[in-house]
Amino acid sequence: MSVLVDRFDVFAGGFWLTLQLCVLAAIGALLLGTVAAVMRISPVPPLRWLGTAYVTVFRNVPLTVVFFFSAFGLPTLGSSADFLRIPGLTAVFNRLGIDLPYFRFAIIALSLYTGAFVCEALRSGVNAVPPGQAEAARAIGLTFTQNLRHVVLPQAWKAAIVPLGSVIIAMIKNSAIAGFFGVVGDLSNSGVDMITQDQEPVIPTMIGIAIGFLVMTVPLGLLLDWVERRRAVAAR
Amino acid sequence: MRITRVTALAAAAVLALGGAAACGGDDSGDSGGGGSAKSFEAGTTMERLNKAQKITVGTKFDQPLFGLKGLDGKPAGFDVEIAKIIADELGIPENKIEWVETPSTVREQVIQQGKVDIVVATYTINDKRKQLVDFAGPYYIAGQTILVKADDNSITGPDSFKDGTKKVCSVTNSTPAANIEKYLKDKSTQLVLFDVYSKCLTALDQGQVDAITTDNVILTGYISQNQGKYKLAGSTFTEEPYGIGLKKGDDKFRAFINDVLEKAFTDGRYEKAWQETAGKFDPNPPKVPTIDRY
Repeated sequence: MSVLVDRFDVFAGGFWLTLQLCVLAAIGALLLGTVAAVMRISPVPPLRWLGTAYVTVFRNVPLTVVFFFSAFGLPTLGSSADFLRIPGLTAVFNRLGIDLPYFRFAIIALSLYTGAFVCEALRSGVNAVPPGQAEAARAIGLTFTQNLRHVVLPQAWKAAIVPLGSVIIAMIKNSAIAGFFGVVGDLSNSGVDMITQDQEPVIPTMIGIAIGFLVMTVPLGLLLDWVERRRAVAAR
Repeated sequence: MRITRVTALAAAAVLALGGAAACGGDDSGDSGGGGSAKSFEAGTTMERLNKAQKITVGTKFDQPLFGLKGLDGKPAGFDVEIAKIIADELGIPENKIEWVETPSTVREQVIQQGKVDIVVATYTINDKRKQLVDFAGPYYIAGQTILVKADDNSITGPDSFKDGTKKVCSVTNSTPAANIEKYLKDKSTQLVLFDVYSKCLTALDQGQVDAITTDNVILTGYISQNQGKYKLAGSTFTEEPYGIGLKKGDDKFRAFINDVLEKAFTDGRYEKAWQETAGKFDPNPPKVPTIDRY
């Protein structure tokens, strides 16, 4: 197990990059998913269709295919995803601003794919809000947007938080695919690199990779449990 | 009563199947030729394999020109031909070779666990690996080089990456990726890794990277498949002696394989193996390496 101590810097570097990717992709997925969910429950049919189409496509296409289109389709269209070079963010997440676009492509792929699941988790939360709430809000004259903002979404969010957590945990694990689409130095690939290049023992190195992922996912799960318990108390 | 009838039926079925299998075995034995006539010193690996009439060979299933599994389910390539020569010298016919896929990650493991008898899988000999397994050979000296677009004259060798502006592509968890890192100023802005080289070619075509680096054999294959589109920049800057991996400490088996290779170098079988596989894309015959009997 000495590899875990001797090569701690490699594990830590890989962990940091994977964490950056996951944080940014989670933000993107939550934004996209919320927009899609609002579209799917909106009173405007074309918006509903658009939302449904997005969910149908990205929930049903394998993640590797989404990655493929992101990493090789976008360059064909002449895009390097430069809109993600957000000033300020690039200072913290340095990979976001470099010339090589694959980190940005990975964020786009992960966000688009996970966003579809986020949308459905949110929608299940919306469905859990008793219909009387939205009807009452409409009766006192709130518009659709006001209704969502002040009545439905705050309640839907609470019901959706646990399935949302599962979606984000799944996304963290899915992020390992980025290492095969041009992103250099993520947790799982730097681990496997040590096995193939430096002949580090396989099992301990894999345990190290697993620990790295657990450090990200277990606290998230605990946080969700805590939120759920608090919600149960509040609901009483 | 019922149980005994079922048992009897089962027994009859087993007998019938066994009989059929035995017949089949006899047939193939007759057509297989007198390969098993060879005899080896008792107690050696050669004798064991010859008696069993079976050898398990680890090779790559995804390495064009060296070990690539085709639609017929059999691997083909230079490594595969080398393994066939060794099997033949052991008196084992071609159809008794069992092929096991051994990607780079598992090569030492499968040898140590005895899952394969030999590994012929573009297996670079180095000191770290020698601590875990033994190597016969080398049977080929490959070398890493750089592929660029045909009209690109700005890259002349690995030193062209030192100023930090040029970007290079390779595949994950490979020796070439580790080798080129030494020449890079910052790997996070200059190095792109995919799981397969075909994606590197796409990235090169799209202008995301300026070059691809890996062993010359692979790059030559891409150049010949895309006439006039790419070229090599500079010459090879590493030496990768490909060896045959086997269980550590089995010195007699290692000496035997080394003898076989030396024989094949001189009697034309080595050249024939090359010409039927990698030689189709690389007109220069390989420089015959000197066997390293350490």
